[in-house]
Amino acid sequence: MTSEGRRRTLTVILMIAPFVITYLTVFAYPVYKMFALSFTNAPLIGEGQWVGFDNYVKLLNQKLFYTSVWNTGYFVVLTVVPNTLVGLGLALMVVRLRGWLQSLVLVLFFLPYILPVSVVTEIWKWVLDQQFGVAQYAIEFFTGKRISVFRDPLWAMPMVALVTVWWTNGFNLLLFIAGLRNIPADYYEAATLDGATRWQCFRRITWPLIWPVTALVLTLQLILQLKIFDQVYLMTEGGPFNSTYVLLQLVYREAFRLNHGGLGSAVAVFLFLIIASVSVLQYQLLRVRGR
Amino acid sequence: MQRKSIGNVLLLVLTLCVACMWAFPIYWAVITSVKPEQEVVTKTTFIPDVFNFSAYYFALFETKLAAWYVNSIVTSIAVTVVVILISVMCAYALSQIVFAGRRLLYGIILASFMVPSQALVVSQFVLMHRFGLINSWGGIILPQLIIPVVVIVYKQFFDSVPKELREAAKLDGCGDFQILFRLYLPLNWGITTALAIITYIMAWNAFLWPFLVTSSEEMMTVTVGITQVGDAFGVKYARDMAVAILAAMPVAVAYLLFQKRVTQALMLSSGIKG
Repeated sequence: MTSEGRRRTLTVILMIAPFVITYLTVFAYPVYKMFALSFTNAPLIGEGQWVGFDNYVKLLNQKLFYTSVWNTGYFVVLTVVPNTLVGLGLALMVVRLRGWLQSLVLVLFFLPYILPVSVVTEIWKWVLDQQFGVAQYAIEFFTGKRISVFRDPLWAMPMVALVTVWWTNGFNLLLFIAGLRNIPADYYEAATLDGATRWQCFRRITWPLIWPVTALVLTLQLILQLKIFDQVYLMTEGGPFNSTYVLLQLVYREAFRLNHGGLGSAVAVFLFLIIASVSVLQYQLLRVRGR
Repeated sequence: MQRKSIGNVLLLVLTLCVACMWAFPIYWAVITSVKPEQEVVTKTTFIPDVFNFSAYYFALFETKLAAWYVNSIVTSIAVTVVVILISVMCAYALSQIVFAGRRLLYGIILASFMVPSQALVVSQFVLMHRFGLINSWGGIILPQLIIPVVVIVYKQFFDSVPKELREAAKLDGCGDFQILFRLYLPLNWGITTALAIITYIMAWNAFLWPFLVTSSEEMMTVTVGITQVGDAFGVKYARDMAVAILAAMPVAVAYLLFQKRVTQALMLSSGIKG
C-alpha cells in the first residue's frame, strides 16, 4: 500500500510538473514581477530602487495617461456593442440558409477572423489608401472628398474600430449561430400558427432565448477590446495627435521606448486590474447560467 | 404565401450581398497581388487584364520571407506540441488521480483567465532577457506555452470518460502514463486535433509578443516580419498584398481544411459545447 501510494505520488508529480513549472516560470512569476516592478524606478533591463507609489502618482499627473484611458474607453464603446449587434444580425441571416450555401456564406464571414493582425491591417491600409484605395469611392460619395482616414483625428479611431469589427466578428457570429440553433423549431411553428409576425417572433422568442449568448459575447468582447494594441500600432501608431493612443501602447512606450520598466509596469497593473474585474463579472454571469 | 417566399428570396439576396461585401477586402487583396504595379495605380479593375506573378517572385526571393516562414513554422509547431503535451498530462492528473492540492491547482488554473497576457509583456521580457533568450526561438516560444483553457477543456473531457475503463486498464497492469497515452488520448483524438489546430493558428498569428522579443529581422516571425517590407522597399501595393497573402496562407489553408475542428475548438474555449 505504501509503495503503491509512493508510486501514485511519483506519477502525479511527473504529470503535473511540466505544466506547473512552466506556469510558475513564465506566468505566475511575471504576474508577481509586474506588481513588484511597478513600485520601483527600474529601467527595462536592470535593477531599480523601491519608490513606493511614485509611478502611480506620476501616471495620475500625466496627460497621456488620461488620453490613453479615454481612447481605450472610446474604442470599447465603438466596438463592443456594434460588434455584438452585427454578429447577431449576421447570424440571423446565416442561420436561415441551408446546406452548402450556408457553409459558403459562413466561410466568407469567418475568414477574416483567421487572418493575422498584420495581414488585416495591410489589407485595410490598401483598401483605405487615400490615393488609390478602393474604399475612397464610397468615402468620396458620402463626404465629397477623399480622406486619409488614419491621418485624420476624427476618422482614425472609428476606422480602427471598423476594421476590428470586420476582423473579429466571425467569432461572435459563430457563438450566435450556436445559440440560435439551440432554440427549438416548435416554438416558431407554434407562434406562426398563432399568426405571429416575423418581428413578434424575434421579440418574444429569439431575443429572450438568445440573451444569455448575447451577454457572453458582450463580456468576451469587453475583455478583448480593452487589450487593444496591435491594430492601432500597425495602422496609426497612436496618432494622429495621440487620437488613437491606448493603454497597452502606453505600456509599450514607457517600458520599451523610454526605458521606464517601472512606470510601464504600473500602467500594466492598471490594465490588469480593470480586466481582472471584468473577468470576475463574466465568471459570475457564466455561473448564473449554470455552466 | 406568395409574399412570404418573395420575402425569403429578398433576404437570401441581401445575405449574399452582405457576405460578398464582407469578403471583398480579401478578394481585393488577392486580385491586387496578381496585377502589374502600374495597373494597380492607374485603373480600378475588378478582374486584372493579365495575371502577373512578379509580386510573388519579389515576396519570396527578395525579402526575408523564407527566414520568417522558418521562424513561424518552428515556433508555432513547438508551441502547439508543448502546450498539448503539458496540458494533457496536467488535465489527466486533475481529472483522474486524487492528490493533495488538486482543487487548489484547478482553482489557480481557472483564476488565470483573469490575467491578460498582454499586461505581462514587460516582466516576461525582463525574464527572457535574464535567460538570454531575446531574439531567439526559445524567447518567442516560452511565454506562449501557458494556455489555461486547454487544460480546462481536456479535464472536462476526461471527466466524462467512464471510470470503468481506467479501472480495467489498471487491472491489466497499465500505469497512468500508459492509460493516458494509449487510452484517454486516442479516445479524445477529435478534441486533441481541434485544440492543436487552434493553438497553431493562434501561435502563427501572435503579434505583440514576437514583435517585442525579436529585433533582428532574421529572427522575426512572418506576422511581425511582413510589417517591415513596406518600410524597406517603399510603397508597392501589389508587393505588399502578395506578402500579406503569403503570410496568411498557412492559417487560411489550415482553417479551410479543418473548418469544423476550428469552430469546435473556439466554441469549447468560450464555454459553449460544440
